[in-house]
Amino acid sequence: MAGSIISVKHLVKIYKMGDFEVHALRGINLDIEAREFVAIMGASGSGKSTFMNIVGCLDTQTSGEYLLDGVDVGKMDKDELARLRNLRLGFVFQAFNLLPRTTALENVELPLLYSNKLSSAQRREKAMEALDAVGLGDRSEHYSSQLSGGQQQRVAIARSLVNDPVVILADEPTGNLDTRTSVEVMEIFQKLNARGITVVLVTHETGIAQFAERNVVFTDGKINRVITVADRKIASEELPKIPVLLDEMES
Amino acid sequence: MNTVNIVKISYRSLGRNKLRSFLTMLGIIIGVAAVIAMLAIGEGASNAVKEQIAGLGTNMLIVFPFASTQGGVHYQAGTTSRLKEGDVTAIREQCPAVEYVTPITRVVTQIIAGSENWRTNVFGAYPNYEKIRNWPVSSGSYFTEQDERDAAKVCLIGQTVAQNLFGAGSVPIGETIQIRNLPFKIIGVLSPKGQNANGDDQDDIVIAPFSTVQRKLEGSIYAGAIFASAISSAAVPVAGQEITQLLRDRHKLRPWDPNDFTVRTQTEIASTADATTKTMTLLLASIAGISLIVGGIGIMNIMLVSVTERTREIGIRMAVGARGGDVLTQFLIEALTLSFAGGLIGIVIGVLTSEFVSNLQKWPIIISPESIGLAFTFAAIIGIFFGWYPARKAANLNPIDALRYE
Ligand SMILES: Nc1ncnc2c1ncn2[C@@H]1O[C@H](COP(=O)(O)OP(=O)(O)O)[C@@H](O)[C@H]1O
Ligand SMILES: [Mg+2]
Repeated sequence: MAGSIISVKHLVKIYKMGDFEVHALRGINLDIEAREFVAIMGASGSGKSTFMNIVGCLDTQTSGEYLLDGVDVGKMDKDELARLRNLRLGFVFQAFNLLPRTTALENVELPLLYSNKLSSAQRREKAMEALDAVGLGDRSEHYSSQLSGGQQQRVAIARSLVNDPVVILADEPTGNLDTRTSVEVMEIFQKLNARGITVVLVTHETGIAQFAERNVVFTDGKINRVITVADRKIASEELPKIPVLLDEMES
Repeated sequence: MNTVNIVKISYRSLGRNKLRSFLTMLGIIIGVAAVIAMLAIGEGASNAVKEQIAGLGTNMLIVFPFASTQGGVHYQAGTTSRLKEGDVTAIREQCPAVEYVTPITRVVTQIIAGSENWRTNVFGAYPNYEKIRNWPVSSGSYFTEQDERDAAKVCLIGQTVAQNLFGAGSVPIGETIQIRNLPFKIIGVLSPKGQNANGDDQDDIVIAPFSTVQRKLEGSIYAGAIFASAISSAAVPVAGQEITQLLRDRHKLRPWDPNDFTVRTQTEIASTADATTKTMTLLLASIAGISLIVGGIGIMNIMLVSVTERTREIGIRMAVGARGGDVLTQFLIEALTLSFAGGLIGIVIGVLTSEFVSNLQKWPIIISPESIGLAFTFAAIIGIFFGWYPARKAANLNPIDALRYE
C-alpha cells in the first residue's frame, strides 16, 4: 500500500535453537500509515517483541518483506541499518536501557554523537529540548540511578525522539510503571504523535491500548484481529481522574 | 565516522568507569614495572659478576706452591715444594702457549707516609703484571725491566692505599712512603678494581718490583706464586699442561708422584661464574615472564568480567545508531589509552624500583631500552587485544542480541 510508513508482508521469524525451531512470527501482513498511533496487543509469547525488534531494525526477519517509508530494509547492510536506527527510528524498551553512571543529558545526547552534524553546543540544546518535551528539563544532570522508573523511561523517550525520528517504537514502555506514571508516559506519546511522529506501542493492558487509534492483536505469531478504537482516551484528560496520593511516594 | 565524537565517547566512558579503568591499568602497571625492574636488576647483577671476572685478568693461570686437595686429602709431597725464579724463567723460555709470566711474592706490613700509616699487602712482581692482570695505572706509570734488574725502591699504590695515606682524590706521584723503614718512591697509582669475588678490596695494595720485595723486604729465594697468561683464552688449557709438565720435570717428580704444586686457570673460575650468570639471567627472565603473565591475566580478567556489562552497553549504543565501526573505534581508543597510560606509569615505577634496589644492593642497575620496549609492547598488545576482541564479538551481533546478552 503506497503512503504507508511501515509495510510488512508475509513476515516470518524463526529462532533456531540447535535442532529446535521456534516460529515466533508466522506470516505477518500489516500496514501502518504515517502519523498513525498503533498499539500491538497479545498474550505473552505471541511474537509482539519479535515483530517490534524487526520493525525497529534491531533484528532481521527470516523471510518476508519490510518496507520502511517505501524502502526495502531487508536489502540494507549493517551500517545502513545503523543509520536508519539513528535518524529515522526511535526505540523505547521496557527495561529503559539507559547507560549506567551517565547523566540524563548525556544519555539523550547519545544518538546525536553518532549522527555527526552538530557542534557540542547544538547537541546540548537539542538534548535539553527533548528533555523538556518529556518534562525532565530540571533533571538533566541526574544519573540514571538517581531517577525513578517513570523518570528513567521519560529519559529513554527523550533519547528516542532527539533525532526527530519518523517513527517511535515502544515495547511495553509502561510494563514496569504504575498506573499514573503509565498515563503520564502515554500523554507524552500522544503529544509526540500530535507533532506528526508515527507511534507503534506494545502493551498487554487494554487500558493503555485505549490511548491508541488502532489495536492490532497478535496470537501465536499471527495477527488475530485489528480493531479501530471507538472512544479513544486522551491522556491529559485522564490524568486528573487518577489519585495522586499513592504516586507521590514514587517520585 | 566522526572521530572527534568517538574520542569524546571513549573518554566519557573511561571517566565514568574509574574503578574498571584503574584496575585495567593496574594489571599493565604491575606487569611493565615488574619486568623492567627484574631485568634491570638482573642485568646489573650479572654484569657486576662479569666485570669481577674480567677484573681477574685475561687468560690468566696461577701456580700455587702446594699440592691440590683431592677428595679432602691434602697431598704433601715432601717439604721442598717451593717455586723459584728459575721456574719462572723456564716457563717463559719453554712454554710456547704462555705469553707473560711473573713470580709473585707478598708481604703484609705497615707502611708509613708522613704521619699517616696503613697496614696493607705489598706485592712483588715483574712489570708484565700489568698485562697478566689487565690492570693499568690511572696516573703515573708502571716500573720498568730496568727497575726490576736494579731492585729499585719504586712502587705503585692502589686507590685504597692512596686514599688512606694521602686523602681522597690525591695523586701522590713522586711522594715517598716507608715500607719496613725503607723509602719507596711512588711512581704510579693503580686504576680502581673494586672487590673480588670473595669480597676482598683489591685496591688495598702496593706493588713493587719482584727483586726489590724479595731481596730487600723478604730476604727469601722463593716465590709465593707464579702468575702467567696464555697467548689466547683457547690456549689456557694447553698452557696449563705445558707448565705442569715443565714443573714436574724441574721438580724431579717420578711418574707416580703427585704434583707438589697446583695450576689454577682462570677459565675454570670464569666458566663457573659464567654458568652462575646464565642461571641467574634465566631465573630473572622467568620471573619477568611470570610477572608479564600475571599482569596479563589481570588485564584479561577485568576485560572479561566487564564483557557482560559492556556487551549490553554496545547493544544500547547500536540501538541508537552506532555502527560496528564506531563501537570498535571507541573500544580501541579506550584500550590504547589505558595501555599507554598504564605502560608509562609502569615504566616510571619500574625505573624507580630498580634505582631503589640498586641503592640498597650497591651494584649498578642496567635499564636496557629493550626491556622497556619488551614490557611496554607486551602490555600494550594484551591490553589492546582484550579491549578489542570482546568488542569485536559484540559489535558483530544484532543489536537485540547484544542487549539480551548475559
Ligand atoms: N532470542 C530468542 N531465541 C529463541 N526464542 C525466542 C527468542 N526471543 C523470543 N523467542 C520466542 O519467540 C516467541 C515470541 O517471543 P516474543 O516476541 O518475545 O513474544 P512477546 O513479546 O509477545 O511476549 C516466544 O515463544 C519466545 O520464547
Ligand atoms: Mg515482549
